[in-house]
Amino acid sequence: MLINIVLNGKKISSEIAADCLLLDWLRAQGCASVKRGCETSNCGLCTVILEGKPVLSCSVLAARTDGKRVETLEGLQQEAAEFGAFIADQGAEQCGFCNPGFVMNALALFRENPDPNEEEIREYLAGNLCRCSGYEGQLRGILNYLVWKKEKGKKEEAQ
Amino acid sequence: MISIRTYKRVESLEEAWQLNQQRSNRIIGGMLWMKMGQGSVQTAIDLSGLSLDRIEEREDGWSIGCMVTLRQLELHEGLNRYTGGALREALRHIVGVQFRNLATVGGSVFGRFGFSDVCTMLLAMDSYVELYRGGVLPMADFLASKYDRDVLVRILVKKTPGKYYYQSVRNSRTDFPVLACAAALLPLEKERGESGGEYRIRLSVGARPAKAMLLEEGGKRFQSLITEEEARDFGAYAAAHIPTEGNLRASASYRTHLTGVLAMRAALKLGGKA
Repeated sequence: MLINIVLNGKKISSEIAADCLLLDWLRAQGCASVKRGCETSNCGLCTVILEGKPVLSCSVLAARTDGKRVETLEGLQQEAAEFGAFIADQGAEQCGFCNPGFVMNALALFRENPDPNEEEIREYLAGNLCRCSGYEGQLRGILNYLVWKKEKGKKEEAQ
Repeated sequence: MISIRTYKRVESLEEAWQLNQQRSNRIIGGMLWMKMGQGSVQTAIDLSGLSLDRIEEREDGWSIGCMVTLRQLELHEGLNRYTGGALREALRHIVGVQFRNLATVGGSVFGRFGFSDVCTMLLAMDSYVELYRGGVLPMADFLASKYDRDVLVRILVKKTPGKYYYQSVRNSRTDFPVLACAAALLPLEKERGESGGEYRIRLSVGARPAKAMLLEEGGKRFQSLITEEEARDFGAYAAAHIPTEGNLRASASYRTHLTGVLAMRAALKLGGKA
């Protein structure tokens, strides 16, 4: 069947099988950031933003996203690099496999709630598993990023 | 992963119902649990084009379309004000935000899953299931019914006066619950429709690990202030009357112990001193 998806701002038409998952379709389009970390809709590594909301691309039929907008890490390079630097500063991650899904969901959190507290951060990111760390480094990185962003906003306002 | 031959976004409930009469076809809700199976599906029937992803408030309650996601329910102001946040508490531990943006209330209820926090919570509320052919059924009757080939269209929740509570126990965050417990403190109306200052507790226990069930409360009545002793008795009564079983997450006796503790906490939270 034929589907049309707006992927990172670019309209793509594609012939797919009825049971093609969005994750596999995205990887076929070259979005290697989208990863399959489990087979149980549980790890959050395949997180993408569908019509403004973070979803598990491993659990969505590509057919269902016909006519919709999908964003992956490939389309959010600047935001991701800014934020990712704060995670790297903490040496938070070791293998890095969970990073793209984690960054996508963190960016989704900041869009939904620009000034989250610690508990809100933990709750929103609970569905992103990392098997190397204890999440503490990521949490410090996020808090530092939020402070930096606030100050950047203030400076821009003052100018 | 299930295999799917063809995908059909239906244009009417009648079309969905007709297609669903064939045993090899299946309605996909959020497809989260269904995806984990191994079967093959001829036609996957998608209801997402029928505007059933809305929660509508009416004078006497809410009408929740079957394609409403768990995340929509979790964030719904009216329902959360009505339940004092108990609904949000029932939902927020389910896997992750990304999962709850996909999982649908229709899928959760139609599945009648044992592990379902959604079913456990709705069972404690004055809620109903609207089926395309079968009409409107109370939640308890629906949960007890066998799987058939009808189409679940909406969940209806009535604004019955009451106070709500929800708590689940999990071995680790985002995992399935080891036990789930929802409760409502409901004022008893006397003959002339006045509240006589007496209350009953409607207790729903899920993930036993079998599906959620209501406690047969045996005429237990409470005053608006529930004492610690009454709460302990209620917990012991619930533990004695709610059957549990063991599985890889917990033993039956641990679940029975938890039933007693959560029922006691529910009573204290709903009727105890602040």
